[in-house]
Amino acid sequence: MATESTEMAEAVTDAGMPQLNFETFPNQIFWLIVTLVVIYLLLSRIALPRISAILAERSGTISNDLAAAEDLKNKAHEAEAAYDKALADARAESNRIGDAARADAQKDLDAAIAKADEQIAAQTAEAEAAIAEIRANATDNVAEVARDVARALVNAVGVEASDDAVDAAVNDRMKG
Amino acid sequence: MADETDVVTEVPSVAESVADGAEVTHSVPSGHTEGGGLEFHPLDQFIVRPLFGDGPIHWYTPTNVTLWMAIAVLAIAALFVFATRGRATIPSRSQSIAELIYGFTYKMVEDVAGKDALRYFPYIMTLFVFILFANFLGLIPMSFSTTSHIAVTAILGFGVFFGVTILGFVLHGTKFLGLFWIKEAPLFLRPIIAVIEVISYFVRPVSHSVRLAGNITAGHAVIKVFAGFAALAVISPVSVLAITAIYGLEVLVAGIQAYVFAILTCVYLKDALHPAH
Repeated sequence: MATESTEMAEAVTDAGMPQLNFETFPNQIFWLIVTLVVIYLLLSRIALPRISAILAERSGTISNDLAAAEDLKNKAHEAEAAYDKALADARAESNRIGDAARADAQKDLDAAIAKADEQIAAQTAEAEAAIAEIRANATDNVAEVARDVARALVNAVGVEASDDAVDAAVNDRMKG
Repeated sequence: MADETDVVTEVPSVAESVADGAEVTHSVPSGHTEGGGLEFHPLDQFIVRPLFGDGPIHWYTPTNVTLWMAIAVLAIAALFVFATRGRATIPSRSQSIAELIYGFTYKMVEDVAGKDALRYFPYIMTLFVFILFANFLGLIPMSFSTTSHIAVTAILGFGVFFGVTILGFVLHGTKFLGLFWIKEAPLFLRPIIAVIEVISYFVRPVSHSVRLAGNITAGHAVIKVFAGFAALAVISPVSVLAITAIYGLEVLVAGIQAYVFAILTCVYLKDALHPAH
């Protein structure tokens, strides 16, 4: 009967929550503490330093890569600037050469034009002189003819007049 | 989850007085027989049993507690030590998970407790990871939930309580008591507030530990009750659906309770580091 009653008492505790079975508490607490110590040692000695090193290394790698990318970008910009500068220089050079060539051509052209002008002026002057001579000759001839005509007319009319008087009269009229 | 009837015989207290007749008498009070052969033993899953033999449970006896805590340790070692062995800059999947948990906990400690609390990060990480793994391992059918036991969570909760309180007194001496003496409150209210603050301070470890054990116990017990109903052919489809749904909920609870425990630890730690409000 004694065992029977203890059995019944145990049965009652079994019927209750196993969580409140205080007989198992020392066991649970002991193994919990062992577990926590093991986990703590695993984490603090091995895992956490390792993971933090991995993360630091990764962020270092990323920032290095970013810096390298920035560097390359700057280099690309420099190269582009150098290219632009070379292009501008070449363009300026070509403009300069073109201008020089144009200036030379202009000079040659000017010289040729001046020479041509000179020749034209000379020829013009020559022609004008010839024309003036021709015109002077023509006037003399006209006066000669006029005098001859006048003398003939005077003779034909029958008026006695000296040649000199006729000439003077004709010259007088031609001047007028 | 199928060995309810065997469990009773394996209870050491029962096994000590081995008798075929005793088994029958024990199964009656532990399970509520509700006709139709329905038997409910929702709490039998929490019984602590020795791994080898049926002897009494001494403090050093290897029990199912030992087994499942050891499995938790192995799982933690697998994730945080074995998976990170490559130290890869481009992480493998398992290393990513380890880094994710590390980053999550680190940020939580930093955000909640402040930068100077990062010295205590390994302790909080230990607590968080242990509770997280114990909760999730407890969700494996036939397993044993170590965090469902108040003995375990009380050690965790009171450990945090005493650790934080001692830390507060070591760092700030009697100034730590300023935590209870709210300078912003009107003078005549301060003693009343101080009493309330002291009471709430001493309730902290209790709520801290009961919250965890209660959540885990309740969820597992409810699943077990629905599993008991599955014996009735008519109800069994509903029962299976309900178990599935509650299991999903329990997965959430397992993660959230570990998170809540860790974040409250951070809050208490912050009080110890900066007792002035």
